[in-house]
Amino acid sequence: MPKKGTKSKKAVDDVPDQQENKLPDYLELQRTRVVCNADAPIHTQGFQYSGAFAAMGVDNSVSVEKFCKNFKIDIKRLTEDDMEFDMIGVDASIANAFRRILIAEVPTMAIEKIFMADNTSVIADEVLSHRLGLIPLDADPRLFDYISENDVPNERNTIVFKLHVSCEKGSQRITVKSGELEWLPEGSQLSMASPAQSGDKQKTFTSFSQSQKEILEKPLGVKFKDITIARLGPGQAIELEAHAVKGVGKVHAKWSPVATAWYRMLPEVVILEQIEGEEAEELVKKCPVNVFDIEDLGNGGKRAVVAKPRACTLCRECVMGPCGEKIQLRRVRDHFIYTIESTGALPPEVLFTEAVKILEEKCERVISELS
Amino acid sequence: MEHGSLEDSSASTFSIMEEDHTLANSVRFVLNQDPRVAFCGYSIPHPSENKVNIRVQTTGDPAKDVLKDSLQDLMVMCQHIRGTFDTAVADFRGNKLADAMDIDLNKK
Ligand code: SF4
Repeated sequence: MPKKGTKSKKAVDDVPDQQENKLPDYLELQRTRVVCNADAPIHTQGFQYSGAFAAMGVDNSVSVEKFCKNFKIDIKRLTEDDMEFDMIGVDASIANAFRRILIAEVPTMAIEKIFMADNTSVIADEVLSHRLGLIPLDADPRLFDYISENDVPNERNTIVFKLHVSCEKGSQRITVKSGELEWLPEGSQLSMASPAQSGDKQKTFTSFSQSQKEILEKPLGVKFKDITIARLGPGQAIELEAHAVKGVGKVHAKWSPVATAWYRMLPEVVILEQIEGEEAEELVKKCPVNVFDIEDLGNGGKRAVVAKPRACTLCRECVMGPCGEKIQLRRVRDHFIYTIESTGALPPEVLFTEAVKILEEKCERVISELS
Repeated sequence: MEHGSLEDSSASTFSIMEEDHTLANSVRFVLNQDPRVAFCGYSIPHPSENKVNIRVQTTGDPAKDVLKDSLQDLMVMCQHIRGTFDTAVADFRGNKLADAMDIDLNKK
């Protein structure tokens, strides 16, 4: 938990000195904060150019050493499938790169091909296929290769599932859940051509040379067994085979490893002028997320203080109305509250490390292309 | 691919295929922090083309070297981020374990 109330009292000039020659306060504020006024935010751009303050003898450049010294990560919450952490001392462009990579470029496994043998349910083949594609699979994508158009599906690039359900005539309607997808570690069971003449081994849609059970440590399956796929009425049946392959979110969202990944800048609520008595009570009531609190002054008076600025949603309720001038809402430019919600294939902390690795790979690729 | 002039290597546009804002914006940030850079920016000429153009103008050094250094710097930053993150996760897990043990001890 963040220490309550410490952040808010911090004035801008408490920020660790990054230069020997200090900037005047108002410029330092512009450089490190976005100020959210009642009408619109100001100083949203920041100063990126290294020579922005050259005329004042202030160096605005950031060397790698300086970056490494100031960079901090503070984990707030970490569970099996979601996490929240503070990333401090990094520019929005880099924080955003990780977000973009998490959503669109970290690979996962998802069902891509459906071989429909029978579908007499009310749900159309293509809709059913789409629903199957979106089911998160509990398979580590790092153990698999990408499959390209001319590749033969094998045990290293394809996961095969079977779904065979039917509802008997005269019985109740049934619901088909994702848990009924059965993993076929030996590969496809559907034969490709009509009855093979030479009897020995039938040609199927995959050519596994060994069972996936031998190359994987744990059995594969779906992450959640209770996702409704279809409903079957009496006499209806579904029989199909689903082939899952490795892919990335920019091709189709079903491969996105995160439900979503987002960040927000750390809010900072500053009381510029003391707010007392009635007005303070009013202010506390006004904030929907209880950012403010009342502090009793010795003589029976009351004063508003900022108790939990982190909760601020920037609704700007407090800066509108009578005492609006006395409050300033700010955001710390280089402090990001990052949230990652995994869909289940990989835990969130692994996803983030993978995302950082992907950015590294991108750099490496371009460097080698340039030389 | 680099587009520049033969006589003056200090200003060039680099066309990078199969990349987008993800890399270009990060590199632009790192380039901007480099005192050798006089100007830099990037553009995506057409949204349906997977390509970015990164423009680098320096105060004298070859643009290509400066860009390469920036990419190198970005890589080092990423490695540092990864390292810090892993330590933070390990610490967080460690603390949680310690907390759990504390509670057990207090309960007796
Ligand atoms: S902007 Fe909204 S949430 Fe934030 S402190 Fe003001 S009233 Fe509360």
